[in-house]
Amino acid sequence: MEALIRTSELADIYDKVLSGVRLSREDGLRLYETDDLPLVGYTANLVRERMNGSAAYYVRNQHINYTNVCNKLCKFCSFYVPPKDERGYVLSPEDIQARVRQHIDLPITEVHMVAGINPKLPYQYYLDILDAVRGVRPEAHIKAFTMIELAQIQRVAKKPMRDVLLDLRAHGLSSLPGGGAEVFSDRVHEDLFWTKADSEQWLSIARTAHGVGLRSNATMLYGHVENPEEKVDHLIRLRELQDETGGFLTYIPLSFHPERTELEHLPGPTGSDDLREIAVGRLMLDNFPHIKTFWIMNTIEVSQAALWYGADDIDGTIMEYEITRRSLEETRQVLTRSQLVARIVEAGRDPVERDNLYHVISTDREVVPETIGVMS
Amino acid sequence: MIADIAEKVYSGERLSVEDGLRLFRRPNLTELGLLASHVRRRKHPERIVTYVVGRNVNYTNVCWVRCKFCAFYRPPGSGEGYVLPQEKIFEKIQELVDVGGARPRSCELLMQGGLNPKLKLDYYEDLLRSIKARFPSIHIHSLSATEIVYIAHISRLSPEDCIRRLRDAGLDSIPGAGAEILSDEVRQVIGFRKDTVSEWLDVHRTAHRLGMRSSATMMYGHVETVEQRMEHLRHIRDLQDETGGFTAFIAWNFQPTDTELAKEWDGPKATGFDHLRTVAVARLFLDNVDNLQASWVTQGPRIAQVSLHYGVNDFGSTMMEENVVSAAGTKYCMPLSEIQRLIRDVGCEPVRRNTRYELLN
Repeated sequence: MEALIRTSELADIYDKVLSGVRLSREDGLRLYETDDLPLVGYTANLVRERMNGSAAYYVRNQHINYTNVCNKLCKFCSFYVPPKDERGYVLSPEDIQARVRQHIDLPITEVHMVAGINPKLPYQYYLDILDAVRGVRPEAHIKAFTMIELAQIQRVAKKPMRDVLLDLRAHGLSSLPGGGAEVFSDRVHEDLFWTKADSEQWLSIARTAHGVGLRSNATMLYGHVENPEEKVDHLIRLRELQDETGGFLTYIPLSFHPERTELEHLPGPTGSDDLREIAVGRLMLDNFPHIKTFWIMNTIEVSQAALWYGADDIDGTIMEYEITRRSLEETRQVLTRSQLVARIVEAGRDPVERDNLYHVISTDREVVPETIGVMS
Repeated sequence: MIADIAEKVYSGERLSVEDGLRLFRRPNLTELGLLASHVRRRKHPERIVTYVVGRNVNYTNVCWVRCKFCAFYRPPGSGEGYVLPQEKIFEKIQELVDVGGARPRSCELLMQGGLNPKLKLDYYEDLLRSIKARFPSIHIHSLSATEIVYIAHISRLSPEDCIRRLRDAGLDSIPGAGAEILSDEVRQVIGFRKDTVSEWLDVHRTAHRLGMRSSATMMYGHVETVEQRMEHLRHIRDLQDETGGFTAFIAWNFQPTDTELAKEWDGPKATGFDHLRTVAVARLFLDNVDNLQASWVTQGPRIAQVSLHYGVNDFGSTMMEENVVSAAGTKYCMPLSEIQRLIRDVGCEPVRRNTRYELLN
């Protein structure tokens, strides 16, 4: 294997990784530009196995998208409707309780709530929906609110971000999902999501959250108009903040789906792009404990492969994920636990059911199929 | 753990069946990709991925063989059975020529059908001659070994005479379909009425001897074991040593929806992960076969493109229509522009070829 690696243009990066040297901006660019994806993946897999062995983490989770009304009008989104549109909905705390009750027979350990930026919702609403979840499923972790939603919640709360986060935490919020980062680039921000918090704000909210002890994930939405320089910059800024706070748990590259968005004319990322993002993320973010392949966007097939390109987390069983369902109607949006475990075992990895903070719940390799409720 | 195999690959030494089994059993996917890409680059140092402009025409769905893995066939006497009239076939070929152009033998016609007891050699001779007379730009890459064995049988000819007459009527090359898994034990289970391993191999051997080329396929992901997959690959490699007549190898997985086999065999459908591993092992083991084709019809665009990092150097045919695996629920279609984009995205230039793998620049 060694002789074969010597023939690659990336042999020096491989050596750095092997000896634990942090990769530079220049290295990151080369990882994006090389055609030698096999070696990028092979090298990322070494890091993955060094940090997480052969574990493939998954979580039994339920997604709730509490409103689709959004005033941000991001060009890459097929989920939102603008305020006053008749297709808009807001789930009341009672609706949310009903959603949670629907799957109450399954031992779901995480409820994941994110949604649009709906200017009509008062501060109390956000506290109420946390209470609502906690009322029905007191044992579940609540992972909720992207940095963009937090900026809005602070706007209606009219108090410092730190106090807002402490309030939310007191009502049951236990971690942050890390969405809304898109790509940290003024150029892309200007073009695609100019009304939304910019990268400085995103990072600053993450810093504050980590400061009050809330862990978060970090995402990057790729495959639209961004370029490799911007992606490397994004990763380096995440890495720098992580050096400072240590609060990030997981990095999740998000594969852009152009169907039914304003960017429908773009072709969208390929399977190789998806695997490369996982691998480059693993190699550049040497201080992130986990890298996730979000199978809803990457497809389960690519996600199985991704478990050998740096990913150690394959997300979860995902009840009721709405955000890309509109663009991906043919994709199944639910895997039962037994299906997910079978897919992990097929891919030669060890399934590890985790909770929100990566505490191990089960390492069973064979799981009895369970019936699930029909999705509403 | 596979340092010895990696060493063999690096020095260009042939792998044993035992090596192949070890590779199948080792889950490390990126390792396989690294090895298979190395071989691919050695065989095809130019940074291109080829494709052929072609069309699939399924001239009949009537088939008495009733293979359990197939959702396409209708038994003789069924009200849903069809045989396409010649005019309909010409119409479809004309659509291919409209896309593919007039250059001689530049467009691939993949004509395959069921084993229809009503169609004897004269039907095929007439059809092939008429196509050749009308469409000089068509390369007829048609009739699997399974069909040829049967046509010979009902026409009371030896397979060799049958192949010779088909060739003289215009058949240019033979597709590798019907191989399924080249293990009689497996064939007993999934389609006991169809041709045996030696019959399938003999047709290809004979065709090669008569100066025709053919491709080889493998349909995996059902009742077979990895040992039987290796048995299959070994048959292909051995015959290739003997004749050198195979142009390419193509692997695809069994599509279970609406098949008999899915009712009695409850194993899971093979995944993209298995596909990548299978093509990589094939690339490493079949050291005497030049080309490996992607199977985008069964794998979809994402995994088909990723297979280019697992030893695949050819994207196959543009197809235009597909009726067999789509009868089993798998419906991917892809315009040429998308095929070209996927190829460019891995840093290669898409180049059109003909069925003989000659580049058409």
